[in-house]
Amino acid sequence: MLNITVNGKAFEAPEGASVTDVVLSLKADPAKVVVERNREIVPKDAFGQTVVADGDEIEVIQFVGGG
Amino acid sequence: MEDKFVLGGVELTSRLFIGTGKYRSDDLIPKVAEASGSEVVTVAMRRVDAEHRGIMGHIPAHMRLLPNTSGARTAEEAVRLARIARAAGCGDWIKIEVINDTIRLLPDGYATAKATEILAKEGFTVLPYINPDLYVARACVDAGAACVMPLASPIGTNRGLRTKEMIAVLIDEMKVPVVVDAGIGRPSEACEAMEMGADACLVNTGIASARDAVEMARAFGMAVRAGRIAYLAGFGGSRTLEQGASASSPLTGFLR
Repeated sequence: MLNITVNGKAFEAPEGASVTDVVLSLKADPAKVVVERNREIVPKDAFGQTVVADGDEIEVIQFVGGG
Repeated sequence: MEDKFVLGGVELTSRLFIGTGKYRSDDLIPKVAEASGSEVVTVAMRRVDAEHRGIMGHIPAHMRLLPNTSGARTAEEAVRLARIARAAGCGDWIKIEVINDTIRLLPDGYATAKATEILAKEGFTVLPYINPDLYVARACVDAGAACVMPLASPIGTNRGLRTKEMIAVLIDEMKVPVVVDAGIGRPSEACEAMEMGADACLVNTGIASARDAVEMARAFGMAVRAGRIAYLAGFGGSRTLEQGASASSPLTGFLR
């Protein structure tokens, strides 16, 4: 297992997990989120090929209500 | 006849921008959008978690998205949020909001101007939320802002045009559009801002906190239109009471 941080919380991901896998594990729709991996934005069309590594810090961001 | 409003190269028919925060139910948002006639809608960005629900499913497809950088305390955080917003693929408009004052939520003008400069260079259409301060407004415009968004009163207070005189200064001085943002609680206040020559108003809490948000959205839409039409029509001068009244009907010609 890989130990990563997702949205500020400790998270375990299986070896070979992609950004898409991480997003889906949060029950979020990959089409509707933006992902930062170690402060770098991951392009939407690269979610599937981007494999996470041990120690990665992942942020999964969505649009919410605001003024 | 109303004129078109052009902001960041985009032609808009409605001069009312709406928000998506604080609704009793997010299902109201498409109805509010339709009743208001608005074409621009603000959203915020947060982590995906149990307490924050995504909003995109509630926003009509024809509307232009104006993501804000709420939550940012520094220029760097605002820039980071803006880049995240653009990566979502919803255009390059961004409302810069940099706030450290957690009580009154007043914006940090210096950090806002700094973020504006970085983002305008990256091709964003930058709409900075500011105190109605002439020098901060000028700094934002010099940095490439597409408009300025001065607050009428602190966010979410529904206290109305408390900064009226200072907003009037910006309307006089700015070559870019002035969009009055924050604190407008009543349609009459939005109308007054428009009568003064503001180019648009952004209203969230004033609509979202109404008992009937959809009807309040309709009222705000009408008020903003009325205010713009009145501004374009040009006001007649007013008289002091010492000058006395000025009859609207002829005083002679029949009974005397």
